[in-house]
Amino acid sequence: MARVVFTQNIQRHVACPASEVAGSSVRAVLDAVFEANPRARGYVLDDRGALRKHMSVFVDGDRIADRVGLSDPVPEGAEVYVFQALSGG
Amino acid sequence: MGRRLLVATRKGLFTIERSGSGAGWEVVGVAFEGDNVPMTLADPRDGALYAALDHGHFGSKFHRSGDGGSTWEEVAVPVFPEQGPEDVETHPFTGQPQPWALDKVWALEPGGPEEAGVLWCGTIPGGLFRSGDGGRSWALVETLWRHPSRKAWFGGGADRPGIHSICLDPRDPGRLMLGVSCGGVWATDDGGASWDCRASGMFAAYMPPEHKDDPNIQDPHRVVRCRDEPDCLWAQHHNGIFRTTDGASSWHEVASDRVPSTFGFAVAVHPEDPDTAWFVPAQKDEKRIPVGGKVVVTRTRDGGRSFDVITAGLPQRNAYDLVYRHAMDVDDRGEVLAFGSTTGSLWVSEDSGDSWLAVSEHLPPVYCVRFSA
Repeated sequence: MARVVFTQNIQRHVACPASEVAGSSVRAVLDAVFEANPRARGYVLDDRGALRKHMSVFVDGDRIADRVGLSDPVPEGAEVYVFQALSGG
Repeated sequence: MGRRLLVATRKGLFTIERSGSGAGWEVVGVAFEGDNVPMTLADPRDGALYAALDHGHFGSKFHRSGDGGSTWEEVAVPVFPEQGPEDVETHPFTGQPQPWALDKVWALEPGGPEEAGVLWCGTIPGGLFRSGDGGRSWALVETLWRHPSRKAWFGGGADRPGIHSICLDPRDPGRLMLGVSCGGVWATDDGGASWDCRASGMFAAYMPPEHKDDPNIQDPHRVVRCRDEPDCLWAQHHNGIFRTTDGASSWHEVASDRVPSTFGFAVAVHPEDPDTAWFVPAQKDEKRIPVGGKVVVTRTRDGGRSFDVITAGLPQRNAYDLVYRHAMDVDDRGEVLAFGSTTGSLWVSEDSGDSWLAVSEHLPPVYCVRFSA
């Protein structure tokens, strides 16, 4: 199981509570989260299922390398953080 | 006459109403306060309101209200289909791969009066989407998306090309005309089964000479269609003002020397009179500001042979208001007009543009102004 935590910033638009899900890759973990919370998918991933341009995912403190395929491994017991770079005015 | 306006801005969707006493117009409500609202629509068929939101990090979303804006529900947003290996495309200038993914909602229009629930949405990149259920689901119009000429379109102000104008023919909702920046004017007469580019007569001075007259690279900033004379359309083009009276088979430039400038984005056409249209000019493409710091509306009532330059009620010094392509509208009788600017000013005219009243000078940057029944 992995623990998935979402940025506070997204909660204003769609509730994304922290959750424990199964999966050994970022794709598998996020798919599991979005299966239970389908509206959240479009807020994090784009039409292709790639990570949105200004979103970031960290696994146990390391930024993932594969932003399109989301193939980075997720070890058992890992913490997955989904957040965004703040910008704008 | 129009008494209620939806004003979509960088930081919220505002409702503006004319007070019952006739004393003036005022902001009566705001939805999505603080959020970026690039597009809105009041559906004249069922009164539903739509708002496109651009959350930046979190992408574009659509919301719908069935109760006049008291409550909103998130509905579906257009999603491009999966891009197969044979669908790989690159940017015509940079060579960068172009993913099939929504950047921005850029146009939203209702289908025909008898087509309940039908909506058309234009996007960046240049996709046209159709909903048959009030925005609860969307389908890409693949005939246009897969038209070989589509790949020659390129971005104007945005990095990628997009569809910003969708003009239904009131006589037949299967006849649609699209304005594309930069891809000219595209039309279907069979509900989207087939498409052709209809921008002959437009020219693009910014292109190399051999491409200047290519219909498929023209940059009509905004295209509008006369309701009662649908074969007449007006285009505020990057290079000036163009008009067609034959359903876009041919376009011609009008009165290029009669107005302070023929550069701009917004255009509105009188719903009954195809010879009457309004514009809000800016200096030129390199200087997108009012000429001389004076905000003016230009109006023709003779098909573009002459223009009135209207200043009454508009700031005539130190004004830097730019009016975007969707930020001007005219009511269904051609009497009441409204436009909003990048510096948060909103003006209304109740005398077909003869004089203007500032409703607010402190709104967020205005993207879209539309009358709501």
